[in-house]
Amino acid sequence: MIEGVSLFEIMSLTTILFFIGIYGFLTRTNLIAMLMSLELMVNAEAINFVAINKYLSPAVLQGQVFSLFIIALAAAETALALAIILHLYRLTTTIDVKEVEELKY
Amino acid sequence: MNAFSYIYLIPLIPLLAFLFLGFTAKKIKEPVSGYVGTAGLLTVFGLSLYTAYKYFFEVGLVNGKYEPYKVMIKEGWVHFTDKLAIDIGILVDPISVMMLIVVSTVSLMVHIYSLGYMHSDTGFSRFYAYLSLFTFSMLGLVLSSNLFMIYIFWELVGVSSFLLIGFYFEKPSAVAASKKAFIVTRFADMFFLIGILMVGYFGQSFDFETLNSPSTYETIQAWIVNHQIFSFMGLSLFTWALILVYIGGMGKSAMFPLHIWLPDAMEGPTPVSALIHAATMVVAGVYLVARLFPLYYHIEDGAALRVVAVVGAFSALFAAIIALTQEDIKRVLAFSTMSQIGYMMLALGVSGFEGHEGLGYMAGMFHLFTHAMFKALLFLTAGAIIHAVHSNFMKDMGGLHKYMPVSSFVFLIAALAISGIPPFAGFFSKDEILTAAFEYDKFLWLIGFLVAGMTAFYMFRLYFRIFFNKQTDYGDHKPHEAPKTMLIAMVFLAFLTIVAGFIPFSELISADRMPFHSHIHWGDPLVIASILMAASGIGIAYLMYYKETAYPQKVASAMGSGYKWAKNKFYFDELYIFITHKIIFDKISKPIAWFDRNVIDGFMNLLGVTVEKTAEKIKFIQTGRMQDYAMYFVSGVIAIVMFIVYFR
Amino acid sequence: MFYLLSAIIIVFAVLSVTSRKLYRATMYLLFVLIAVSGLYFMMEYNFMGAVQLSVYAGGIMVLFIYAVMMTDKIGEPMRSISNKRKILPIVVTIGTAALAIYAIYSYQGIAATKEATVTTVEQIGSKLLTYEAGGFVLPFEVISILLLAAMIGAIVIAKAKKLVNQEKN
Repeated sequence: MIEGVSLFEIMSLTTILFFIGIYGFLTRTNLIAMLMSLELMVNAEAINFVAINKYLSPAVLQGQVFSLFIIALAAAETALALAIILHLYRLTTTIDVKEVEELKY
Repeated sequence: MNAFSYIYLIPLIPLLAFLFLGFTAKKIKEPVSGYVGTAGLLTVFGLSLYTAYKYFFEVGLVNGKYEPYKVMIKEGWVHFTDKLAIDIGILVDPISVMMLIVVSTVSLMVHIYSLGYMHSDTGFSRFYAYLSLFTFSMLGLVLSSNLFMIYIFWELVGVSSFLLIGFYFEKPSAVAASKKAFIVTRFADMFFLIGILMVGYFGQSFDFETLNSPSTYETIQAWIVNHQIFSFMGLSLFTWALILVYIGGMGKSAMFPLHIWLPDAMEGPTPVSALIHAATMVVAGVYLVARLFPLYYHIEDGAALRVVAVVGAFSALFAAIIALTQEDIKRVLAFSTMSQIGYMMLALGVSGFEGHEGLGYMAGMFHLFTHAMFKALLFLTAGAIIHAVHSNFMKDMGGLHKYMPVSSFVFLIAALAISGIPPFAGFFSKDEILTAAFEYDKFLWLIGFLVAGMTAFYMFRLYFRIFFNKQTDYGDHKPHEAPKTMLIAMVFLAFLTIVAGFIPFSELISADRMPFHSHIHWGDPLVIASILMAASGIGIAYLMYYKETAYPQKVASAMGSGYKWAKNKFYFDELYIFITHKIIFDKISKPIAWFDRNVIDGFMNLLGVTVEKTAEKIKFIQTGRMQDYAMYFVSGVIAIVMFIVYFR
Repeated sequence: MFYLLSAIIIVFAVLSVTSRKLYRATMYLLFVLIAVSGLYFMMEYNFMGAVQLSVYAGGIMVLFIYAVMMTDKIGEPMRSISNKRKILPIVVTIGTAALAIYAIYSYQGIAATKEATVTTVEQIGSKLLTYEAGGFVLPFEVISILLLAAMIGAIVIAKAKKLVNQEKN
């Protein structure tokens, strides 16, 4: 825990970060940029896990260990997503979001 | 019980023959299939004789009464309630054993006859398969132990009849006739089913033995007396149930007004007419009434029996009048059958119950027995004649006596029998019927008496016109006598016709199953009157038809429109067509069909169109853009969370 | 210190999300991640901070930069959507964020600890390998398989076309 900072403040921070990530996801026109907003969201959640663990039950280390796994998962997911985007780029030489609008009526 | 445990073999063997012949019809050529069918029937015939011998002379008679034996095959085949269930069982009883003899004998004769008649027909194996199916159905019908089982076999017999009448399915008239037969009998069976259900409901059982026992009918009679409000037009519900059951019998036995199918059924091959429409299927109605006779007699003093008698007498008269004018020999025989069955119904209707009073019952069954023999013989001979002359109509025949002496001889025997000339079989049975009728109602007796005279007349009209009358020149195709196989059957039946009259039937069959003694009182005025009536019928026919004369023409023109009406079967076919087409089809069926097509189908179409249009309107949601979907997703999640947090 | 870090985080996050040049957005994200690791260090969770720096900021961001370099013409600004279409996301975002913060602050009665505990690497390590309740040995093993699968998947999907053609011949 951080001296002088209550849990509420940290959680407000993560909330704001999370919603910035959502805004970015909904607004961006580039696939890689969308992925980056995704990273923001994941990071916000990792902070949340660690903070709540630290503040509320410091003896039990569940949340903190779990956030390690979150990082590992985020890494794997990013790798795969970027691989797909690369492949898509090879097929159609653009990574604009308009490219993947195939499944419409 | 154990004495007759083999009895299920009797219907089983023809069923197996049917299945075997049905599956191998294409591969087995004639005459092997014919031999297979005939072999099956020989076995059945032997078993039936054995059964009859055993039942009537060894085990049946217990304390002076013939006890019925029930062989249960499957108890509780269909369960409705604890008390009401359908079993599959066989009832061995004087009349069922008698019917076994009748059915197996006539069927065997027809099988042997068809070896010759259906020779070189392409459907030979199919014919024998159907014959076996029919024999199975009919044997099952006579051996049924309860009402539902008899209904099942009733329908099976109807189907076999349909298949056999429409045997020459390339002829449109045959197809139409088979449809007509099936539909008319099916229509009657609708009433039959309602009657069965009502009888089962009131009698708390479908089983014949239970229904016919005194406890049952006394209970029902007591109920009727106590519940007078459940009556309709003066007759109680149960009597109506019995009448409805009888209507089913009327359809099968071609009683007026459900007789229209029988003349058309002559489109089938002649052996079929002999088997089904002379001797066995058409007597199913008579058999049904005989089966339920204690109920018919005891409920409301035999009110239902009166209906039976009146319908029978009227049908006999109606058919006899029409038969006087027909030109097609098979049609004459068909109407003659209808008339004789009318006699049988009349006999049952005027019968009493105990001992000698049950003369009508006994006489009716006896007439059934003898009629089967001589009517089958008549049909088989007609088949031989048609085979020889290649035409059904009397105008193409004449003077056949010198070409076909044997056929002529057996035909004469059968004609004498049907006219009621002693000592042939028909005399005994017919005379006992008339005696019973005389005791019951003089008017019915009078009708029977007149019909006897008409029967003699039209039978001999037929005989003389075929075998004597004009000497037709047959050109190159001189008619030849029937082949051996056909003659064997005919001669055997003729033999039976001669001797059957002497069977002491009343010792075997009676209404309350106790044998009684009856014999013909040779001095009785009734007997003498009926013999004279028959003789005069024959005499008039002889005068008019033995040589070619102008009498028939003069009589016909003297009768005028009456003759025309009788010749056209009183226009009943046209009446029925009018009723069904103009009234039922146009007024009832067409509006319903319109409703079905437009309203119901239209509603379904409306549902489909609505879905389609709605989908058109909302398909803009599928943009394909991932971000829009994410938008919806996020909004949805937020909405749910807010709902849970703030409004729960 | 905390407020400085949070300010950095928020500012750079907004910049990253709204920037029109892709490479700059990547850089801003990098700064955000570094600041987050600073936050972990402040919370006495040194191991996590180190992992965040090395894996996240060091590994994943490098991956992003590779992808950016390989695919886009990084000089050109990205297309941005019209203002009209931005309204709904803004409303949803800001509205819900406010709602969430309000919800957080109205939840009184949390018994927060009064002293700071240090999480050592030994503790994490032993937690990762214990079999008893609360042990993470199963996820530990599973995630190794997951990483293997992700690796294979990424390689297969992103293989160069020529390799595929050669294999077919």
